[in-house]
Amino acid sequence: MDDAPLLQVRGLRKRFGADEVLRGIDLDVARGDRIAILGASGSGKSTLLRCLNFMEMPSAGSVSLAGQVIGTTEAELTRVRQRVGMVFQQFNLFPHMTVLANVMEGLRTVKRLPEAQARTKALAELHRVGLADKAEAWPARLSGGQKQRVAIARALAMEPELLLFDEPTSALDPELVGEVLRVIRSLADEGRTMLLVTHELGFAYHVASRVLFIADGGIHEQGPPEQILKHPTQPRTQAFLARHREFEF
Amino acid sequence: MTYQWNFQPLLENADVLLQGAFGTLRLFAICAVAGLLLGLLVGLARSSPRRWLAWPARGFVEFFRNTPVLVQILWFFFALPILLPFEISPLAAAALGISLNSAAFTAEIVRGGIASIDRGQWEAARALGMSGAQAMRRIVLPQALRRMLPALTNRGIEIFKMTTLASAVAYVELLQQGKLLASLNFNPIETYTVIAAIFFLCLFPLVQATYALERRLGRGDH
Repeated sequence: MDDAPLLQVRGLRKRFGADEVLRGIDLDVARGDRIAILGASGSGKSTLLRCLNFMEMPSAGSVSLAGQVIGTTEAELTRVRQRVGMVFQQFNLFPHMTVLANVMEGLRTVKRLPEAQARTKALAELHRVGLADKAEAWPARLSGGQKQRVAIARALAMEPELLLFDEPTSALDPELVGEVLRVIRSLADEGRTMLLVTHELGFAYHVASRVLFIADGGIHEQGPPEQILKHPTQPRTQAFLARHREFEF
Repeated sequence: MTYQWNFQPLLENADVLLQGAFGTLRLFAICAVAGLLLGLLVGLARSSPRRWLAWPARGFVEFFRNTPVLVQILWFFFALPILLPFEISPLAAAALGISLNSAAFTAEIVRGGIASIDRGQWEAARALGMSGAQAMRRIVLPQALRRMLPALTNRGIEIFKMTTLASAVAYVELLQQGKLLASLNFNPIETYTVIAAIFFLCLFPLVQATYALERRLGRGDH
C-alpha cells in the first residue's frame, strides 16, 4: 500500500445549486509533495481544498487516502479529518480558550490524551512556531500573524499526514505575512505533505514541488513551479500571472 | 392629598409575608432550573439538522410561546385533573405553566445564540476531527452561552416575577399573601408597596451578580 499515493482524487465534482464549482478534478498527491494551488477568486481552488477534508461534501467523484476510498458516514469523515490538518484564512482560533488550550483541544477531546501529555505536546508545537511564550495568552491579544502560527501549531499537534492551507496569509497585514510563510516553509523542509491555496507567487515558486493553476473548476495547467510560474503555456495562466505582476517593481 | 402611611399592620404580619416569600423562592427555584434546563435541551433540538428532533422542538416552542402563562396555569390546575385521574396541587400547576413557558422562550434564546457563532468555529472543530456533538459541547455552546447570558438573565428576572401568577390558583407566595393581608387590614396601598419593594430587593442584587458573572466570562475578548 506504500506505493499508493497518499491522496488520490478522481472525477471530483462540486455543485452549489445550479452552480458547478468543480467540474471533474483528478489529482494524485504523493508523500512529501508540496502542491501550490493558484487561480483567480471564484475559480474553485478553495472549494477543491475544502472537499479534501470534507468541509464541503463532494457532489461526485472519489477521494482516497492512502489507498482507501473515503465513504460518507459521519464516523468515517471524522476519522479522515483526524489525519488531515487544515489551516484557515481566518485562523478560527477558539476565542474562549487560551493559546495553549487551543493547541491541546484536539489532543484532549479527539485523541483523548492525558492532560500532562497533551500539555507537553502542545508546548512543543508552540515552541516550533515560536510562540511558547504566548501559551497562557488569549487569542484576542495576538497579532494576526501570531494567531495563524497558533492555528498551525493546533493543526500540527494532531500529527496529520497531510496539511491543507487555505489562503493562510490572505487575512494578514503585509508585514505579518513573512512570519507565517517562514513557519510553513520550515514544515515543507521537514518533508511534510501539503496543499496550499495561495496568492503568494514567490512563496509558491520557492517552496512548492508542483503548482496547479485552477480555472473554471478544473486543473487548467500544472507542473513544476519553474515551468508554470516562469514559462506557462496556457494563455489564461499567462494572463493570471501577468495580472499578479502588474505592479511589481 | 395627605395620606397617613401606616406599616404597623404589615410588621405585625411579617410572618405571613415571610411564608409568602418562601413560597415565591421555592417556585422560582423550581421554574428557573426546570425552565432553563428544558429550554437548553429544546434549543439544542431546535438547532439540530435532524428533522425528527428539530420539528417537535419547534412545535413545543410555538405552542407555549403563543399562549398566555396565566391560561396555562389555570388549564393545568382546573382542566388537567378532569382529563387525568389525579389531583394537581397549586404549586405543580404553577410550576408546570411557568417552566414550560420559560423553556419555550429560553429555547429561542439558545437557538439564536448557537446560530450567532461563526461557521469557522464549527469548521475548525470539525477539521480537528471532532464529532458534531463534541464541537457543540466544547467549542460552540460555551461561546454561545456567554453571548446568551444577558438574555438568560432577563429570562430569570421574568421567571421570578411570573411566580406572582401562581396567586391565581391560590398558591402561597408573596402576592397571594399580600392580597390576603390587604383584604384583612384594608390597606392595599401599604401592602402592595411593600410587595413591590420586596421583589425589587430580591431581584436587584441577583442582577448585579449576573453582571459580575458576565464580566468574568468576558475575559478572553478584549
